[in-house]
Amino acid sequence: MEVLLGITGKDYCIIAASKAAMRGATILKASDDKTRSLNKNTLMAYSGEAGDTVNFAEYIQANIQLYSMRNASDLSPYEVSSFVRSELAKALRSRNPYNVNLLLGGFDSIKEKPELYWIDYLASSAKVPYAAHGYAQYYCLSLLDKHHHPDIDFEQGMKILRMCTDELKRRLPIDFKGVVVKVIDKDGVRELEYIDDKQILAP
Amino acid sequence: MDALVSRYSRPAFQNEGYSKEDQQQALQDVAPPLSLNFALPPVASAASWLRAMTDDHSNPNVPIKIAHGTTTLAFRFKGGIIVATDSRATAGNWIASQTVKKVIEINPMLLGTMAGGAADCQYWLAYLGMQCRLHELRQKRRISVAAASKILANLVYSYKGMGLSMGTMCAGVTPTEGPALYYIDSDGTRLAGNLFCVGSGQTFAYGVLDAEYKYELEDEEALELGRRSILAATHRDAYSGGYINLYHVKESGWVKHGFTDTNPVFWETKLKKGEFSNVTANLD
Repeated sequence: MEVLLGITGKDYCIIAASKAAMRGATILKASDDKTRSLNKNTLMAYSGEAGDTVNFAEYIQANIQLYSMRNASDLSPYEVSSFVRSELAKALRSRNPYNVNLLLGGFDSIKEKPELYWIDYLASSAKVPYAAHGYAQYYCLSLLDKHHHPDIDFEQGMKILRMCTDELKRRLPIDFKGVVVKVIDKDGVRELEYIDDKQILAP
Repeated sequence: MDALVSRYSRPAFQNEGYSKEDQQQALQDVAPPLSLNFALPPVASAASWLRAMTDDHSNPNVPIKIAHGTTTLAFRFKGGIIVATDSRATAGNWIASQTVKKVIEINPMLLGTMAGGAADCQYWLAYLGMQCRLHELRQKRRISVAAASKILANLVYSYKGMGLSMGTMCAGVTPTEGPALYYIDSDGTRLAGNLFCVGSGQTFAYGVLDAEYKYELEDEEALELGRRSILAATHRDAYSGGYINLYHVKESGWVKHGFTDTNPVFWETKLKKGEFSNVTANLD
């Protein structure tokens, strides 16, 4: 029951990932960060099979950083998404596929537009305005369908994110220990403080 | 000149991705390069064969019963790290040993704990010890806990799906990191944290530990809490028991605080403190 959420707005992309690291019926860590920043303006959030996730994310991170060093320029979010998807597709048809679902948030500094890619373990990749993975899809996509608009400002985006996390807290049977929230915009990636201490009960 | 340059320089990305030879090599290397080469059984899928031979949950008459079942815990606090384990090894319903040393002393600064397959843990933690020593000799300084735990995590990850079963913690103090604690398991998960319990008795240990744990614990309180959490688990979990193995990791290295029989500790806790009131002390 890992939660990944992504929302784009006018000039930013918000990524939220649940903080619980679970194994069986135990929460091993309540402050896990399921994201890796790949270069100055792309962030990848991951969920899926334990072990595969971090390993894949760090492999991608290393390769994207290597590219930046060699060529003294960063790949755009779209280029990153192509690379990630091709690596995933290559692994899918190998003896040991990665069981990893991803959200890739970025800011394209040439187009000056935020971008969000939804990528799953079967190496589907789709550019979307908002996205979720896992059970969060069932609760949040309908909500986002209703409340999201293409050019919403940052405050509006955070308001929608709050609606999503509140709904998840209300309806998911397992506590996911809140979310790490990160924003990607023209200035790069930064983490936001996300106060989440209000108890929310199903009516 | 340009012709010469173009003849002897190659495009920057020519060697990017997997080449033909790489793929050939990858097929040949069944065992990953970080580790030694093992002979695998001559069957189509070594992993499913192993599962069929060892899964006594689905078939109680399997030929190999792996030693399993444990409670181990470690937590960080003001005075360093406490590491505590029980000492029982079970193979199915059989108690194979009551005197297992589940804390492995990797070097004077680093401890590892074992839960899961006894052989897997013992072997790979010894191997980790070897890698740590090699790191020390090559780099002329002691390995960080982060690096040591990552060696183990990458190693077990390279054997993912092949039937390894281990849940371990690495605890140590280094000048750069201070006290550091990592959880590593055989799916390849590696987590840094303040408090972990691992094994079949983990839930019982968490119950006691979470209720009274705080970072500002004094040394004596922390040792007692570690001991009491293992006792709780040995009491409720059939696959945990034997002796309480207690360690305290400080800046100066780890200190061992005994290998204590649970039985007298249990009765002392019950009779002197009035805990475990569901157990009767009357024999009539």
